[in-house]
Amino acid sequence: MSQIKEITIGDVAKRSADGEEFSGETMALNVGPSHPTTHGVLRLMMELDGDVIKSARPVVGYLHRGDEKIAENMTYNQFVPYTDRLDYLAPLANNVAYAIAVEKLAQLEVPERCQAIRVLCCELARISSHLLGVGVYGMDAGAWTVFMYTFTQREKLYTLFEELTGARFTTSYTRIGGVARDIPDGWLGRVSDFCDQVLPVLDEVDKLLTRNRIFMDRTEGVGVISKEKALAYGMTGPNLRASGVDLDLRKDRPYSGYERYDFDVPIGTKGDCYDRYLIRGEEIRQSVRIVRQVIDQFPDGAYYAEDAKKIFAPPKAKILTSMEELIQNFMIVTEGPRMPEGEVYFEAENPKGALGFFIVSKGGGVPYRLKIRGPSFCNLSILDDLLPGHYLTDVTVILGSLDFVMGECDR
Amino acid sequence: METITEESLTATFDYLTPRPSSDHPAYNCPSARLRELALALRDEHGYDLLLDVTGIDWDAATPRFTGVYHFYSTARHVYLRVAVDCADNVNPTLPTLADIYPAANWHERETYDMLGIVYEGHPDLRRILMWDAYPYFPLRKDFPLAGIETELPAADVAESTKAKVKSAPMMGGPFVSKRPGPMSEAEPRALDESWTEQSEKPAENGSRAD
Repeated sequence: MSQIKEITIGDVAKRSADGEEFSGETMALNVGPSHPTTHGVLRLMMELDGDVIKSARPVVGYLHRGDEKIAENMTYNQFVPYTDRLDYLAPLANNVAYAIAVEKLAQLEVPERCQAIRVLCCELARISSHLLGVGVYGMDAGAWTVFMYTFTQREKLYTLFEELTGARFTTSYTRIGGVARDIPDGWLGRVSDFCDQVLPVLDEVDKLLTRNRIFMDRTEGVGVISKEKALAYGMTGPNLRASGVDLDLRKDRPYSGYERYDFDVPIGTKGDCYDRYLIRGEEIRQSVRIVRQVIDQFPDGAYYAEDAKKIFAPPKAKILTSMEELIQNFMIVTEGPRMPEGEVYFEAENPKGALGFFIVSKGGGVPYRLKIRGPSFCNLSILDDLLPGHYLTDVTVILGSLDFVMGECDR
Repeated sequence: METITEESLTATFDYLTPRPSSDHPAYNCPSARLRELALALRDEHGYDLLLDVTGIDWDAATPRFTGVYHFYSTARHVYLRVAVDCADNVNPTLPTLADIYPAANWHERETYDMLGIVYEGHPDLRRILMWDAYPYFPLRKDFPLAGIETELPAADVAESTKAKVKSAPMMGGPFVSKRPGPMSEAEPRALDESWTEQSEKPAENGSRAD
């Protein structure tokens, strides 16, 4: 054992007064991959100087399941359940994004009713994702109560999802050319009721967090991402908008009939953790606005593209009673929908950012190559630039404010 | 398939050739001019977001590997697809864009990890989704869906348990029909039908460790 040097308070005070810093000795700290602040399986390898982060190295891939490889080996409809598991906090939005991407390839238009159902799905998914995002973000900053409020609301949404799709989490609701089934009787009324009662809860959350001194102290001016940096790192979604970039694909490149609805896109000014919280709160309110408009002008008609006989399997009742529909169903199940050759890239404005699908088709029912652009993957790549200079305690807040999900990061 | 082009680009860059596309303007670019193009796209044409970088393995075709880039302009709200063929089929390389668009850093690492395309000049070209010592490039077409048995990444655990990363028990799946011919032939079935739930898979090197 080497000699232990005795240090007294006087020594420390003297060194400090002399301006000699306790720098030079850094400490390595590993967080994750399984850790409550990392919201999944993100691992952070950090170098600390005292309390200050000198360098940070995010390590991802712990949830890699090879979704892209799997996609190359199955028909287009068979892949829908795998999209549930990308951003597993908003599976309905993933289902819709994937279906629209494949429909772009097939140059297929779905009826208005189907579009309206899909917009409902996307916005309800956004509300549920942001409710959880804000809730756990508050929890990361030490405000536990908010989580209880938002999680209760999210639970109500999951009951609605279950009624619509048959599953709470793994919804697998869309098909290429439509959705799996029409909305149940009275469901729109129950969605409307949900909207009526979620707004007062958002006000409560507002009262608990928005002017909360502790929460503001921990988030204001922390994790500032400039406009230029956010763009350079390919950030999208609420994180990019919080940095002051007006990019919302629902407005800029409307899909699924978003141009029919009136809503505002909240934009941040500073790009700090507090802005990212405010953006999500406002987005929930705007989503409620969209949902109400969809319900008000809900169109009649078919919930799937009836003329796309080589793509969408007909309803069960028809399959069991009619020869032609039986053959149609058999061909779609065995060989997959008939797709033309082509390359297509489609991005949807998902709760976490722009979820993109790049599909290369050589024709037939199986994609030749399917690349998934997970927004969380891009949003996390900024970490090794963003974290250095912050205190260790800020890491939880920054991670919470980025609201990522590892399912779509690792795919 | 038709081609979609953007006039200002076709006029400015004579080395770009239109590429068949179903949606956005798309171009083929020679690999030597890619960095030059990316700089011009960012600074002069307003493509301020690099949304996606990926690659395609064309299997037996030459060139075998193609790098694909998707740019987006936040001012004009348009996408642009740029495809770059890799000259070498065995050791594919492309120039890096990580210093021009920092977003490319992780995307290029992923493409290297999955397809084995080496991005020259990349500051930190390590695997990102698979572990560092992983020996294969899983998204290549010659890599089987079930995977290939490899060493466990944790050496100490492998030492004490003798465990390995096994290929997935897929019963010879996936169950899709790729066969032509009459319906009775084209029914979906396992690709490897030498074993089913009724008759077990032939044992490899004696019994399984578990």
